[in-house]
Formats: sequence, C-alpha cells, structure tokens
Amino acid sequence: MSINRRNFLKGAAAGGAAAAACAAVATSPAEARENKEMPPKAVGLLYDSTLCVGCKACVVACREANDMHPEFSTEEKIWDTPLDLSGYTLNVIKLYAEGTSDHKDQEENGFAFIKKSCMHCVDPSCVSVCPVSAMQKDAETGIVSHDPSACIGCRYCVASCPFGVPRFQYDTPTPRIQKCQMCKHRQAVGKIPACAEVCPTGATLFGPVTALREETERRHTLTPGQPNLFPRKTVDNLADGHEKPVAHYQPSTYGLTEMGGTQMMLLSGVPFQKLGYPELDAKSNASSSETIQHTLYKGMVAPAAVLGGLIYAAHKHTKHDGRDEE
Amino acid sequence: MSKHAAIGGKLITRTTVICAALFLVTMILLGLRFMNGLGAVANINNGYPWGIWVAYDVVVGTAFACGGYAMALLVYILNKGKYHPLVRPALLASMFGYSLGGFSVIFDLGRYWNFWHIMWPGYANPNSVMFEVALCVACYCTVLWIEFTPAFAEKWGAAKHKHFLNRVLFVFIALGCLLPTMHQSSLGTLLVVFGKLVHPLWQTSLLPLLFLLSALSMGFSIVIFEATLVTSAYKRPSEARILGFVTRYIVVLMSAYLVIRWGDLIIEGKLPLVFSSGGISFMFLLENALFILPIILMGPKGNRENERLQFIAALSMLVGGGLYRIDAYLVAYGRPGWHYFPSVGEMMVTFGIIALEVLAYIVFVKKLPVLHPVSETGEPRIVERAPAAAAATTK
Repeated sequence: MSINRRNFLKGAAAGGAAAAACAAVATSPAEARENKEMPPKAVGLLYDSTLCVGCKACVVACREANDMHPEFSTEEKIWDTPLDLSGYTLNVIKLYAEGTSDHKDQEENGFAFIKKSCMHCVDPSCVSVCPVSAMQKDAETGIVSHDPSACIGCRYCVASCPFGVPRFQYDTPTPRIQKCQMCKHRQAVGKIPACAEVCPTGATLFGPVTALREETERRHTLTPGQPNLFPRKTVDNLADGHEKPVAHYQPSTYGLTEMGGTQMMLLSGVPFQKLGYPELDAKSNASSSETIQHTLYKGMVAPAAVLGGLIYAAHKHTKHDGRDEE
Repeated sequence: MSKHAAIGGKLITRTTVICAALFLVTMILLGLRFMNGLGAVANINNGYPWGIWVAYDVVVGTAFACGGYAMALLVYILNKGKYHPLVRPALLASMFGYSLGGFSVIFDLGRYWNFWHIMWPGYANPNSVMFEVALCVACYCTVLWIEFTPAFAEKWGAAKHKHFLNRVLFVFIALGCLLPTMHQSSLGTLLVVFGKLVHPLWQTSLLPLLFLLSALSMGFSIVIFEATLVTSAYKRPSEARILGFVTRYIVVLMSAYLVIRWGDLIIEGKLPLVFSSGGISFMFLLENALFILPIILMGPKGNRENERLQFIAALSMLVGGGLYRIDAYLVAYGRPGWHYFPSVGEMMVTFGIIALEVLAYIVFVKKLPVLHPVSETGEPRIVERAPAAAAATTK
C-alpha cells in the first residue's frame, strides 16, 4: 500500500478522531467517589471480647432465628461445631489461644474469644460489586442484606469482602450466598438480633451505632481492674446489667475507621489482627473501585465519544472495502 | 470475487477426534456440576470463590481472544490495509474465544437460572465492575458473530445480503473496537475492590490500563501464534513478512506496559517488594521476564521476519499475559488459612473448552471462507482440495 493523498487524508482524519476521543476520556472530570456516610438511623452490634465467656449461646440462637441446621466437624455428630462462617453458619465464636493459655484477654500465654459475623460496613464492598443488586444496604438502618431471588451466584461478594463474611454453598445444585442480616426479620417485629438477646454477659450488644460508639469510648476511659456495670442485650439496658472488673483493652475500637467504618464494633484485650481481623485502610475499597468506574463511564460520555471517533474511522476505511487493494 | 476461501479437507482427523473426545469429558463433568453443585467438580472454596473457570476460561481466555480486536483496530481504525488477510481468521478465533468464555461463565455461576438479571434494569447495578464486564462481553460476542457474517454470506452466496452487510458493518467494527477496550480494562478494574487481598505488586489503580495494554499485545501475539500454526499445519506459504510488521506493535505496547508498571511500583514505593516477597517475587519476575523477551527478540529489525523468533516472542507474550492474569486473580490473591489448586476435573473442563475452540476453528476454516487463498500474486485461487497433509494434522 502506497501513501497517496487520499490515504494520507484518511489517516489524518482517523488520527484526529482518535485524538479527540482520547482527549474526551482524559479530560472527563475525575469525580473521586468518597466513602459513604453512616445512615441516619444506623443500628449495629458491639462485641466486647473481654466480656465473652465462649458459651456460644449466640451461635445456637442465630441458627434458630435463621432456620439453619447445625454443622458438624467432629466424627460423632453430637454437637454443633462450626469451625468458621460458612454457607450454613452466619455467626461463629472462635478461640484465640497462645502459649500456656492461662490468662483471659492476654496476648501471650493467654486466650480470648472472638465473634465473626457480618460487620455491616458503612460502605460495603459486597453491595458495590453485586452486579444484580442482590446485596443491599438499607438507607435508614444501614443493615446489609442479601436477596437470594436476585442473586446469580457469581461470588464476587465472597471474593471482595475484606472480612470474609459472605459465604457460598458449594455442595448443592441450588446454592445460596449466606451472611448475617442482623436479624432484620426480628427487628421488623420489634425484636433485637438473636445473638444480642441471648448473650448472658452482654458481650454482644445491640443498639443505635451512635450509642454503641459512645459506649466503646466510655469503656476506653475506664480503669482496668475496677468494677464496672455492663449492660445486657441492648446498649442502654443497665437495669439488666452486671458488674465485672474492667479488662485491659486494646487502645482502639475495631470498626470505627476500617473500610470507612462498620456498624459492628469490636473491643478486645488482644490485638485484633491476632483474632483474624485484618488491618485495613480508612478508605473503603468500594470507593476506590467506583472512582475508576465513574471516571470512565459517567453518563457513558467517554465511551460515546470514543465510539463516535471509531465509527467515523471505520466508516472512512471500509467504504471501499469491496474493491480495496491488498 | 471473495478474497477468502475455505481450505477444504476432511473433517474427521486425529486432531478433531481428540478435541471432540476432550469436550465429551467436559460435558460429563459439567453434568456432575449441575447435579451436585460446583464443589462436586471444582476445588473452589470460600477463601478462593473464583478458580480457573473464572481466571483462565474468562479472564485469560478472552484476552487470548483479542486477536480480532487488535487486528480490527489496526486495519479499520488505523487503516493498515496490508494486514487485511489476518483479520478474518483472527475474528474467527475471537468469536470462539469470547463465546466460550461466555459459556464458561454460565456453568461457573452458582445461580445461573437468574443470569438474565444482569441485563434487567430493575436488577442491574452499574456500580459493579462485573455488571460492566458481563454486559460488554455479551454485546461483544454478538458483535463478533455479526462481524463474521460476511463469511457466512459468502459461503451461502447471499450476495445481496453481503452488500447490505458491507454498508452497515462499519458500525459493528467500531463497536468491536470499543467493547473490548472497555471490558478488557475492566477485567483489571475488577480486582481493585479486592484491596489488600491482592498482593501489592499487582494491586494498583492502574490495573485497567495494564490489563488493556497486555490484552492488546496478547491479541497481536495470538494472531502470530495462530497464523504460524495454520501455515505449518496446512502447508501454506509463510506469512512471516506481514507478521513481522505486527510484532512492532507488541514491542511498543509492552514497552509502554513495562514503563507504566515499574514506574507505578517506584512511585508507590513498592520496589523493595520485588525481591522480598518470596515465591510471589518469583512469579512477578517470571511474568516480567516473559514480557521483556518479546521486546528483546522483536526489537531489532533484523529479527522481525524470522519465523522462529516471531513464534517464540508471541508465545512468550501469551504465556506472560496469561500468567499475569492467573497471578493477579489467584496466586497473588488470598486470605490467610485458605488454599486453592484446581482439581483434575476442573482442569479437564477447561481443557475441554479449549478443545472445543480448536475443533470449531478447524471446522470453520475448512468449510467457510476464512483464510486468504494460497497465492503469491494476489490472484484469488480457491483451493478445491486441501493437500493431503491437511488431513493428517496432528498438532
């Protein structure tokens, strides 16, 4: 193919269109998507590892409330023994044990209990990534719920959750994603989440997120070893409270800033990373991902501009295709 | 007169029979999967919910299928008419690559019967990168089949339709350049939301750009790879000269890729991780070596028309690009306490899908006008019967 005037002009026109399209992409306003805000009537859970005695009443109550069968991990199937969250377990209490495991809530030669269930992120990855809006965050309460009737089972939520919460059922032809939905069906009839209701020591408390956060701040100001009155069931329920010496808390509350904050908060005597809770940035992963998507695809302006350039070039260059040269 | 011709020849050969047998095994394994759940065949778990059916079949598979995209961009957008003979075979491979990638998605979806939700306004979530990828890949599959329709029209002598097609085809060609740009970059963006779950040597907000550049290079490489195989399998004259020009684009694209990837590592202060991350460091360096090799081989002008070196460069690029994707999705991804390695059945399914792709490609080039007729003078010459060698293809 020789460079003649016609081809040169064609090339120049195509180049111009491509350059214009690229410029449209480059100059489209990069609207950084910030972390989402806490919903106005956000409710949540506060789990205080130093109060937990590992009775697992919450695990059993969770099963009953959500109609899920026990999971066995021992040979004689006598006890409900879930080892972790799974497609059949929404809430689990795990044990941290180190060295001689002599002292509760101590990192070395100590032990501690830890709850695993959905954190109900303020800016959840699972909601951002779900292609079919099966994962939803309630605009008022902030409860992150899942609708199996919408779900296609792509497992993007399972892969993206920084806490490893949503779980999939791999052993059935009609699988579902399972995760804690903060007993929204119980809340709808004026009850509180089953795990908080049955907790004998108030290790798991239900309440408005603002009240729960105040409570974590209060606990951080307490003097270790001094007796303190701890509420049960709900954060304001001191009438049903019990007195117990204050443990040595880790200086931070887990869930205040992690991933842009969560509606479940954790207090512990042992560093959270030792309990299986990862160190996370304050910027939510959903905001990073959506910033890219929104920059490239806002109003489909950039793709439309590029397509315009491509159609122009393709039209120019295929017009004579029927009889073009080799 | 068409510029393309079917190469003819027997359909039942050792290659096609082996491919068909492999696909039969896949069908049986998929039957098991649909009866007993994903875990019955695949080793995926709640720590690695995506296995090779996603990472290879979809992510690597569609990147391998970028030949049609890369060549369409070159011929129709940049107006490099001399590459025209490479377009149709590339489109064919893309058509199968993408269609089978889409097919893999269906059996990998746990609740496949709800699949249509992804394009249904009440369900679709435009914030989801997965939504963008799914919609875009579905559209592109359709576009590929439309782009390929002239071959069907020629085969069944629908001259009128061909004329009409030629008049509207440019719109689909343009879409065929836009859609892969969108979803091949999005296959990188897909990982951004994983945050720290992906090793920092791979995790970056530049993932979409890196995925796009490497996908394009893989597109050019697969054209070289396939053209070389077809040339040797069907004893056709060498296309080394024209393929030599194609290698230039790989050199340019991969040089840009490496500058961007390493520049990002330097700016983000991740350079020390290159050597201090144990086994993952090895994978990272291996990937980069495979990317540098084509640049070293095809950089010097004198090497470009060397068929052997071309093939090695293309292969290196394809393996490197494939590894980059497998690393980013599986090897560099992970949570403490979880492990994943594909089961034999899982791998057999993937092999069966590849076999089906090869099988369909062979059937199509033998029965449909895909390849340019063998002639040095440019005069069309329809090959009535393929050389005996064609029937004995074993590679």
